[in-house]
Amino acid sequence: MTDMDETLPKTLLQPTEEDGEMVLNMGPHHPSTHGVIRLILRMDGEVIREAVPDIGYLHRGIEKVAEKVGWAGFMPYTDRVDYLGAMFVNHAYARVVERLLGIEVPPRAESLRVLADELNRIASHLICLGSITMDLGAYTPFLHGIREREKINDLFEEWCGARLTYNYMRIGGVSFDLPEGLRPKILDFLDGFEVFVDEFNRLITWNEIFVRRCAGVGVIPPETAVGYGLVGPNLRASGVDFDLRRDLPYGAYPDLEFEVPVGKGWVGRVGDTFDRFYVRILEMQQSARIIRQVLQRLPLGPILGKVPKKIKPEKGAEAHVRVESARGDLLMYAMADGTEKPWRLRIRTGSFNALSILGALAPGMMVADLVASFASLDVIAPETDR
Amino acid sequence: MEAAGILARVREAFPDAVVADDAQARDPTVQVAPRAVPEVLAFLRDDADLRFDFLMAVTGVDLLGVADPPVLRVVYHLFSYAHRHTLVVRADVPRDQPQVPSVSTLYPTATWHEREAFDLLGIRFEGHPDLRRILLPEEWQGHPLRKDWVEGETALGYSTRRSTLMGLLRGASGPAKGE
Repeated sequence: MTDMDETLPKTLLQPTEEDGEMVLNMGPHHPSTHGVIRLILRMDGEVIREAVPDIGYLHRGIEKVAEKVGWAGFMPYTDRVDYLGAMFVNHAYARVVERLLGIEVPPRAESLRVLADELNRIASHLICLGSITMDLGAYTPFLHGIREREKINDLFEEWCGARLTYNYMRIGGVSFDLPEGLRPKILDFLDGFEVFVDEFNRLITWNEIFVRRCAGVGVIPPETAVGYGLVGPNLRASGVDFDLRRDLPYGAYPDLEFEVPVGKGWVGRVGDTFDRFYVRILEMQQSARIIRQVLQRLPLGPILGKVPKKIKPEKGAEAHVRVESARGDLLMYAMADGTEKPWRLRIRTGSFNALSILGALAPGMMVADLVASFASLDVIAPETDR
Repeated sequence: MEAAGILARVREAFPDAVVADDAQARDPTVQVAPRAVPEVLAFLRDDADLRFDFLMAVTGVDLLGVADPPVLRVVYHLFSYAHRHTLVVRADVPRDQPQVPSVSTLYPTATWHEREAFDLLGIRFEGHPDLRRILLPEEWQGHPLRKDWVEGETALGYSTRRSTLMGLLRGASGPAKGE
């Protein structure tokens, strides 16, 4: 027993030699943990008896940082909460401050936010889908995904100067208008993207080996999904038909037409690994549809609303907002004390909840199935740890 | 259901436990006695007209210097998938004895949220199955989101002070210029 064992729950510390069980350390640098997450597994042969996620390796105290740098200075830090979906965290933070101050966002800015969100959603889902296939041993689809995502990074670079940590949104609007000539480039990308999705489906989605690795694996029933607070694609794959963009719409979403894909047990059971995979494919197609609509009717006008020189929400004001990020319902809760710094800023991310279900999901599984289920939950380590 | 209706239902069911409520706030809020948190949340979850099945977040807030006497506040954000309504439940616990019953048996998701509030603010959730630190290392001292938390000279054996490049070259590690 090493010193590390003191950090484990007691059940893992019971002697395991007599019954032939062993404790296996997966991570923190395991290729399938996507970042720095450690899973401690109690194994009976190849079967998992208990799984305990150990997180916090990427904890940077972002909520504490918010209390130090103040309302106006915090936006760039939100990028670091979720490096694959920085736009959503930008969006949530901007909205929570706007709600506290009662700032109105001009329609053009709202549309640009949706445009940025949906492009970012495609980029994030591409990584997720690619990672699932890679974790199951198929490297090629991952490269195809990365190639497409690279095009989105190029678009964002031309749009706001950054490829990953955009710091694009502002309290009251956005920082840059759509540059001249970017609209045809986005449309070009979408034309290619729709072809790509078909190609990707032929390449991997309906591949028999892949289907068999995913079908009926890691099934999460809807009540369990709600109980553990699963959100976004993970929740919808379990058959819960809920999407903030449609059901509690914000920004420019009420004017847009799109469908919300829900898990149907396409090849196995509702809420299995394949459903979580395929729901994301369908979501990307819907995102493409939204982007086309936004580009078609982008309102004219300013991109920044009337924002006070000093961001000082009144003392005691508190509010929460929710944004449908690539990893689902992202909640931000802020409390003001009348100064230029937040008294408290809470960020509750989809990954945090998604990882918390692993302990309940894993027992009885094989390690290889755990890898598949875990990948399909789309957990991003900096988002769980903040 | 409308905010006022939800709050009326809670007041009616728990006349003694409700400390205050506010239907006019940005988010409808009800404050209850810490002891009553599990029964109030169980009622909110199971009542057919309320059905708050999604516990969105458990948040700890330190109200040192804001509330008198100073308290730690536990905030529960609830949402109902069935009825699409939202409610904020909160409970204040004394800073020197921050104890509130755990709701992890009602909402499995609370298990991790309560661990986080314990880790960062030192709120003790009674009856929690596994109340350990979650984000910070086990050997960490103190609770950083408390307002009176002071960063030490070192943390886990490493200096918390930033050294200048020139200082590093000279082998000294003093605070950077201007800090």
